[in-house]
Amino acid sequence: MGFFLETLIGGLMAGMLYSLVALGFVLIFKASGVFNFAQGAMVLFAALAMARFAEWIPGWFGLEGSYLGTAAAFVVAGALMFVVAWLIERLVLRHLVNQEGATLLMATLGIAYVLEGVGSSLFGSSIYTIDVGMPKDPVFLFEGTFAGGLLINKEDFIAALIAAVLVGLLTLFFQKTTTGRALRAVADDHQAAQSIGIPLNRIWVIVWCVAGLVALVAGVIWGSKLGVQFSLSTVALRALPVVILGGLTSVPGAIIGGLIIGVGEKLSEVYIGPMVGGGIEIWFAYVLALVFLLFRPQGLFGEKIIDRV
Amino acid sequence: MLYRENGQFKTSYAADQQIFPITQDRWAIIGILVFAFVAVPLLVDEYMFRAILIPFVILSLAALGVNILVGFCGQITLGAGAFMAVGAYAAYNFHIRVEGMPLLVSLLLGGLTAAAVGIVFGIPSLRVRGLYLAVATLAAQFFTDWVFLRVPWFTDNASSGSVSVSNLQVMGWQINNPLNKYLFCLAILTVFALMAKNMTRSAIGRQWMAIRDMDVAAEVIGIRPLFAKLSAFAVSSFFVGTAGALWGFVHLASWEPAAFSVDRSFQLLFMVIIGGLGSIMGSFFGAAFIVVLPIALNQLLPAIGDLVGVEISTAGISHAELIIFGGLIVFFLIKEPHGIARLWSTGKEKLRLWPFPH
Repeated sequence: MGFFLETLIGGLMAGMLYSLVALGFVLIFKASGVFNFAQGAMVLFAALAMARFAEWIPGWFGLEGSYLGTAAAFVVAGALMFVVAWLIERLVLRHLVNQEGATLLMATLGIAYVLEGVGSSLFGSSIYTIDVGMPKDPVFLFEGTFAGGLLINKEDFIAALIAAVLVGLLTLFFQKTTTGRALRAVADDHQAAQSIGIPLNRIWVIVWCVAGLVALVAGVIWGSKLGVQFSLSTVALRALPVVILGGLTSVPGAIIGGLIIGVGEKLSEVYIGPMVGGGIEIWFAYVLALVFLLFRPQGLFGEKIIDRV
Repeated sequence: MLYRENGQFKTSYAADQQIFPITQDRWAIIGILVFAFVAVPLLVDEYMFRAILIPFVILSLAALGVNILVGFCGQITLGAGAFMAVGAYAAYNFHIRVEGMPLLVSLLLGGLTAAAVGIVFGIPSLRVRGLYLAVATLAAQFFTDWVFLRVPWFTDNASSGSVSVSNLQVMGWQINNPLNKYLFCLAILTVFALMAKNMTRSAIGRQWMAIRDMDVAAEVIGIRPLFAKLSAFAVSSFFVGTAGALWGFVHLASWEPAAFSVDRSFQLLFMVIIGGLGSIMGSFFGAAFIVVLPIALNQLLPAIGDLVGVEISTAGISHAELIIFGGLIVFFLIKEPHGIARLWSTGKEKLRLWPFPH
């Protein structure tokens, strides 16, 4: 029982991390109808920037060993993501308005290549570490209830907490602020939004900036867990089933989807994996998402697809 | 002046229905075929065959398959690499497990196996659409990656799924040097391209296109989505699977699952989108673009570096390649979202009216 709960909790926390990446997909798709394959590259880019600036900035200003250096690195990396978002909107998206989904998808793949190339030529392509001072030691809970207690990784727990806070903030932003309302209006109908005076281009820059920030947070958390390296950009592929499971247009869907996928992956790896030779995590997530899709083709929380002839 | 159909009258149905109704087009195709089969082998050296021509021919075949599914039937797929892998490993199994299996038969059986697998992974398309389907097809990709890595039976117990074939021959014709490999692949490509062209202009191709343009409307006028979508998946996977078998057998000779990774799927999708969705010609343009571009960049960048007196490191070159490759793709998509094939057809239209465009 204890082991099962441990796996379950581990899955839930891993799921929160997937949600973080999935959130970036959902934000951009909601506001601009672009399925952003570059999200993984953005996570990598942000993590690389964060890792390197955290190394450089203390050296430049003599801030060794203080949290100020890390904070400054975070701010600089965030600013860099804003620049990236602005450039993407300015150079690519603006010219591709009203194109088909497949064309936009490929354009973001092109952006992904560019980002990966620029990222590794600016910041180098070795393996870096990010240390934002998260506690690494595991803790035991409920030692009285189960024999040996439940082993929980503190780092995972904090990461999940950060993800939850971020989601809360984003929900507030979408529901309560004027900009958030404008974003939702654009998501509903580009033309109608434009006709009541919402500037499309500015909205897109904003949403890509927000997605860039989410990528930065995801990059910092994933980076401090796994180390910053080229393979970080493949977390996007791990997050894709989360996105379609939850629905491409739903922020809460990304969270619930992440939790389902996280738990499903961990449980399948532990209980089914040994029977078939292990390593089934990655495709199991996709198959799980596919099964859900067969019953709800628009994802769990996506907008209902209505066909008109 | 040279290219127009004025004065070419058709007096029979057969003449009206031929693939290339314009005489000049027919001559151009014959010219291209003669060039590809006769002139190219005389002109080109071994490196060109191995680095450019053979990959181009095989990937064109795969791009044709992807174009049937994505361009003609409108089902976006990110799992083409998976079907290449299925084709390659199925052909391998037929080749080594059945004594005296002719090469061509095992290649085609590989393609057929891929078609069967394609039908299975095409079933979600009946319910799931658009981007959701694109992500769902990734399931095929990761599943086959895993199967060929972890299930030893498929790879004849080879470690990490790396297998190899040798001694290829078709009815006594040894396919052992780059020239013969090229001719062999080219012959297959020619037959398959003809097949694709005919299929897309017949009843089944029209069904695919109706489904692509609006599936609900197509269903209302009596097209069975089940048959149309699954047949598109089957035909597409057959093409892609045969291409995968050729890629493994003829081009690589020994390969492992990583040869058919998700990057390969993306590459194939790039080809059809840059070449032109829903265009046979476009598949060739796209394949040529994607195959030649990295090689050209690889050769050009150090040369440019020398020219301006900057020594570019190997890592720098590979990064610059990524940037330029991605940048060019974005540039192409912005400038011509309908692909190179659209440029080609506008060019032809202009030629028809030339030199009096008004």
